[in-house]
Amino acid sequence: MRHHYKNQAIKKFLYDKKAMLGLFIVLFLVCAVLIIPLIMDLDPYTTDKMAGFGKPPSKTHILGTDDVGRDLFARLLYGGRISLFVGIASTLVSVIIGIPLGLIAGYFRGAAESIIMRIADAFMSFPAMVLILVLVAVFGPSILTVTVVIGVLGWTAIAKLIYGNVLSIREKDFIEASRAVGMKNTSIIIWDILPNAIPPVWANISFRVAGGILTESSLSFLGMGVQTPQASWGNIIYAAQNLLVLTARPWVWIPSGICIILVVVGFNFIGEGVRDALDPKTK
Amino acid sequence: MGVPLLEVKDLKKYFVIKKGKEGKEIRVKAVDNIDLKFNKGEIVGLVGESGCGKSTLGRAMLKLHEATAGQILFKGEDITHYNQNQMRPLREKMQLIFQDPYASLNPRKIIMQSVMAPLNVGKKYTKEEKKQKVISILNEVGLSEKFLEKYPHEMSGGQRQRVVIARALINNPELVICDEPVSALDASVRSQVLNLLKDLKKERDLTYVFISHDLSVVEYLCDKVAVMYLGRIVEYADKKQLFHNPLHPYTQALLSSIPVPDIHTKKSEIILQGEVPSPLNPPKGCLFSTRCLYATEKCKTESPILTETKNLEGNKRKVACFRY
Repeated sequence: MRHHYKNQAIKKFLYDKKAMLGLFIVLFLVCAVLIIPLIMDLDPYTTDKMAGFGKPPSKTHILGTDDVGRDLFARLLYGGRISLFVGIASTLVSVIIGIPLGLIAGYFRGAAESIIMRIADAFMSFPAMVLILVLVAVFGPSILTVTVVIGVLGWTAIAKLIYGNVLSIREKDFIEASRAVGMKNTSIIIWDILPNAIPPVWANISFRVAGGILTESSLSFLGMGVQTPQASWGNIIYAAQNLLVLTARPWVWIPSGICIILVVVGFNFIGEGVRDALDPKTK
Repeated sequence: MGVPLLEVKDLKKYFVIKKGKEGKEIRVKAVDNIDLKFNKGEIVGLVGESGCGKSTLGRAMLKLHEATAGQILFKGEDITHYNQNQMRPLREKMQLIFQDPYASLNPRKIIMQSVMAPLNVGKKYTKEEKKQKVISILNEVGLSEKFLEKYPHEMSGGQRQRVVIARALINNPELVICDEPVSALDASVRSQVLNLLKDLKKERDLTYVFISHDLSVVEYLCDKVAVMYLGRIVEYADKKQLFHNPLHPYTQALLSSIPVPDIHTKKSEIILQGEVPSPLNPPKGCLFSTRCLYATEKCKTESPILTETKNLEGNKRKVACFRY
């Protein structure tokens, strides 16, 4: 009975079929890429000269081989580790930077607002890809650089969304009530503003995971992301830029494509589920 | 009578609308030259039409708005320039009840959390003590324990307003500023909440500043009434005097507008001509002169100040009009 209201949110989430499906998809993919390579003897790097180049699925290579004869199933799993890490970690970076800055700009207004929002405008007015390329070129292409750069550049959208929500929330009477009882600004932000400002941002946050995976793919394609021979879902798909691969060897790119779609759908379902579960007005 | 619980001296609150060239500012005088005393145990009504600055005055007195000029004294202590940290211990003693119970509760917190919030500020109580206090204050405002874990949207307007009252009273304040506490409520619930406020006042020896545009409510509840027009007080008197013999032409017009629930009564209603002047560009001289039935040339050039007058029985009251 005590904290009944907190269990309510968890219960709502657990009974939400869509959210459970999303959670299942994401957990399934995460477990697959983490566990299967430990159990099976997979080698994503060596060319299997016996099997040949660009061969369709067979008994030895269940997803076939790519154009240099590497096992695609192994590359899908090892690539998944990297793609999922980049997607999730870069989103976390964006969220950790974007939410506090959005809250501060919206709540305190004045100088903080001008400075933070003008910086955000500056960030947004650069073509993101060019900026990413420059930064990766400066810091050297590695998974960590790519993740941090994508994450850091992603803070603006989250900060702007949060900022917009805070602007309307700060004028509500319940904020004045908290000030009237002497609550500190930090408590008001955490207690009153944050829980009301975040829900509309959930959808954006869940899309961001997929966005991170796709940006990493583009970078890989340009040679600035994950470096060959390391695999990622993105650079597997970009092999299909070649018309021959695209039309004649669908086994090369379809599995990675499906994985990316599954991640997008999975995180979106989770995002929606969390939003609904935390909203006391939904049953 | 000793030191008044709250006193404001020459209080001004101007809002800067636009900064012009060479430091010239366009300002709205939301609250101008207000002198008021609130003695312990009194209920003072603050009436006036919307936009006349009553809510701003209420919030400025609680230091939720920084005053532009003037003084605010709480129990004789000058709190005008206190910062947030200095105000914190005093906040327990002065509270605010809002007009709209749908906007004054955090929609994502259960009632227990909202009502408990004032107790968390001082960090004086244990978890269990806090919960007990919440339950006892909820009972006092007529809500049972079953509301503890409810969210605001699950409750009616009247119930929410009781929650807002509970939150305001949980720290045993001495002064409560009620900003139109019943205006957003249904007529049936209105009287319940008013009676609750009246009972609580008696039990807890509270002092209310009751902001309202509803004169019948003010007549029912208040001891003294201050009438505001465009940021200034035009008349201040005991309730009986004010309602039986309004002096200021604006008060007269306001009182004549109270509907009487009897179709056979013929009333001589004073209908004011024109609109309230824009506070951005207030009239010269007496602020009411543009709509006043008795306005003379003097009214249009000179501004009357709130002065004390005595009637035949020797009762003191204040009015800002050249006719008295």
